[in-house]
Amino acid sequence: MSYGVAKKGSPVAGTIAWVSALVMFFPIAWMVLASFKTEVQAVQSPPVIFFEPTLINYRDIFSEANYLLFAWNSVAISVGATVLSLIIGVPAAFAMAFYPTKGTRGLLLWMLSTKMLPAVGVLVPIYLLCRDMGLLDSKTALIIINMLSNLPIAIWMLYTFFRDLPKDIIEASRIDGANLRQVLVHVLLPLVMPGIASTGLLGIILCWNEAFWSLNLTAHHAAPLTAFIASFSAPQGLFWAKLSAASVLAIAPILIFGWISQKQLVSGLTFGAVK
Amino acid sequence: MSATSMSSKGTGAKPAKGKGPGGGVNTLPLLAPSVVVLLIWMIVPLAMTLYFSFRRYNLLNPMIHGWAGFNNFRFLFRDPALLHSLLVSVIIVVGVIVITVCLGAVLAAIFNQPFRGQGIARVLMISPFFVMPTVSALVWKNLLLDPVSGLFAAMFRMVGLQPVAWFSVFPLGSVMTILCWEWLPYAFLILFTALQSMDEEQLEAARLDGASPLDIFFSIQLPHMARAISVTVMIEMIFLLSIFAEIYVTTGGGPGFATTNLTFLIYQRALLAFNVGGASAAGVIAIILANIVSAFLTRSVAKRLEV
Repeated sequence: MSYGVAKKGSPVAGTIAWVSALVMFFPIAWMVLASFKTEVQAVQSPPVIFFEPTLINYRDIFSEANYLLFAWNSVAISVGATVLSLIIGVPAAFAMAFYPTKGTRGLLLWMLSTKMLPAVGVLVPIYLLCRDMGLLDSKTALIIINMLSNLPIAIWMLYTFFRDLPKDIIEASRIDGANLRQVLVHVLLPLVMPGIASTGLLGIILCWNEAFWSLNLTAHHAAPLTAFIASFSAPQGLFWAKLSAASVLAIAPILIFGWISQKQLVSGLTFGAVK
Repeated sequence: MSATSMSSKGTGAKPAKGKGPGGGVNTLPLLAPSVVVLLIWMIVPLAMTLYFSFRRYNLLNPMIHGWAGFNNFRFLFRDPALLHSLLVSVIIVVGVIVITVCLGAVLAAIFNQPFRGQGIARVLMISPFFVMPTVSALVWKNLLLDPVSGLFAAMFRMVGLQPVAWFSVFPLGSVMTILCWEWLPYAFLILFTALQSMDEEQLEAARLDGASPLDIFFSIQLPHMARAISVTVMIEMIFLLSIFAEIYVTTGGGPGFATTNLTFLIYQRALLAFNVGGASAAGVIAIILANIVSAFLTRSVAKRLEV
């Protein structure tokens, strides 16, 4: 991460890089700015840049829009799905990394291939299954679906972490008489905690931003923030300042997660091919 | 690759006892949960889609039922909307991948040079990737591209031009702009990370030999990024084929069918028109296409994955 510090800076590259970075970040900054405007100021053209900031939108979001329910749904769905996928995925990744067989490579590629199945191809059956089981507009359905669709990514990411650990350590502890469970809990878990943590973080980011199933399977009760924000696209919902405030609140935690874990995320986002 | 050979050597070193694969340890209980749930997740909905695609089934009219034979598919292939939606899907996937990977590679090379505040600039650069799709779509649709109060409209007026109603005049272009904004950070982050793993001395040597930055980029850095680029293309393809939210909140597939990709078409057929049979038939098409793409990808890309 600290690569390239204390070296002569390159002014041309630096300028181009900073301009591109600012251009890319601009829509987010513009949205943050709009969230502190009144609704009237937010739609003014030419736009007002200097104004007296107001917190009224944030207050409104909390008091009127039932924001906390949507936020809680997002938290419950992302954390629930991620924890579940870790519980199922960690043992599998461990087994494949430490006790590879001839079939391991094929198994990993098969898991990756389930990720390539387009969600829309199974929209109809999933919708009907949820309807018949009374799971439309329920958090349970979204937790299960998010868990399943992120499981291959979680396993791949964990697998690449586990693979890089020293294998001797297992041999050593097993010779000392530890059984597989003891090895797993007392020897390996502390070693792999960083890997599990960043896998969990990536899982939460992906679930938090998941929109396809959230939009199609929820209405009011179980809708997460992605669906709540989408409700602002309705013609009668042209409240830009409020939309901006709600959006800022919705993306802030994940943006911070992403900034913290950018380096580890790369290995997860590329199935371990780039590190 | 090296890891496989290493670990297989490891298992080979303590052979004999071998009560089966994996060096005598029974890993089945550890693998089974993942394999079983993924197998169910893969097979059950797939089988149902296939079944429904041959049924006459409309949620609004329970009187319609029974086998449809290939009628759902026949209707689908006669429907110009299908071909058009396939075209839209391809334009989105190819266009966004080409733009984001090219720009991402160039920006990665630029960011790879030391400059002041590199860490902060990089954080700003990758931020859009973490913004949820509905937020990015609405920020672009309202705050930036709105023909009356959007920022672009204001800028156009400032230089004396007529503001453009972006989503009516260039619907697909506008949607793709949003997608590029979301996915450029991804391509950039992956390619930048790949460049960072490069041996600095090699670049130094090339520089001393008088290679220009362009020579270095095309002859050294680009080949080094080859694997990262192919993986980026693969992942982006998986996600871009099923773009939905950005279309849902901006254009709703329109005007006409201008921004209806295959995903959105199936959504319309299934959940707006309640035509389960027709939507399932389109779903089967989507799955077949994805399988063709993924077969091609696993052949060309997956062997680059380090298993």
